Amino acid sequence: MSDEDVLATAAAWAAEGETVALATVVDTWGSSPRPAGSRLAVTASGRMAGSVSGGCIEGAVAEAARRTMETGAPQLLDYGISDERAWEVGLACGGKLQVFLERLA
Amino acid sequence: MTPALLARLQEAQAAKRPVALLTRLPDGEQRLWPEDDLPAPLAEAADAALRDDEAGAVVLDGEKWFVHPHNPPVRLIVVGAVHVAQALVPMAVLLGLAVTVVDPRRAFATPDRFPGVSLSFDWPDEALAALAPDARSAVVTLTHDPKLDDPALDVALRSPCFYIGALGSRRTHAKRVARLQELGHGDGAIARIRAPVGLDIAAVTAPEIALSVLAEVVAARRGAALARRAGAAAPVTEAV
Repeated sequence: MSDEDVLATAAAWAAEGETVALATVVDTWGSSPRPAGSRLAVTASGRMAGSVSGGCIEGAVAEAARRTMETGAPQLLDYGISDERAWEVGLACGGKLQVFLERLA
Repeated sequence: MTPALLARLQEAQAAKRPVALLTRLPDGEQRLWPEDDLPAPLAEAADAALRDDEAGAVVLDGEKWFVHPHNPPVRLIVVGAVHVAQALVPMAVLLGLAVTVVDPRRAFATPDRFPGVSLSFDWPDEALAALAPDARSAVVTLTHDPKLDDPALDVALRSPCFYIGALGSRRTHAKRVARLQELGHGDGAIARIRAPVGLDIAAVTAPEIALSVLAEVVAARRGAALARRAGAAAPVTEAV
């Protein structure tokens, strides 16, 4: 799915009345699997479209997105091997990336 | 992102207008370039991101902004609504390319055979002139028929498109080169044509040929070394 389709999907979900959060890769270091600009859309009901990594951190981003969907406050999240959560949600490739989370509203 | 801003972004995409979305980190303040006003350094960063088709962060007055270009999709113009095209077109759509199939033979170029993509029934030179291939366009000819392929190549060679491929054997291509020379194209221009078309993966079936062609288009677009065939007077292919 292209990143343009992720936006269209997110817009369609919002139009259905879903609460939608949009995650965007805004910075990468080392061998991150997806370039800056890659997007993941998630809904409060658990739907997901797109990706911000090779599948390594999507679950963690979706979990973090709950707070943004509830409060509307954006978040800037760092993921990577040096992160204290590394063994939990780190990137197997050893890369690092920063993800911006915002609510579609 | 507000629904209003998302609507503006989608409107620009539907109209194939290049725009850049700028987001201040971490508070999420957003601007859409060039529709919204921006301080000069951010405007320059937005223009550069669109030119290089590359997203990234910039820092201005201690504020970090994420600059996210949204260019219209790269176009692929396929001349010849033939069997290989039937395999190639859906694969190209999956790759995110905006595909137009050109074939004046209406029995070949039907929406049944090519669902969901643009079709042109004009003669290939007129069709290509109307489509006006730019630096974000690729052209591939698949008809095997000089009276359809040659006019398309003639227009493609006069355009700044980043990829030109022509199906046919080395012998077919040698004859094609002679005809294109008669049309006034020099060696440098003719060397832009990838022929035999596609990366050499010993493709046999139509989907395999489609895969080799699209792999070559991607290599050309991304500036990969693969895009330069060994031994050929290969053109310098730049990433777009």
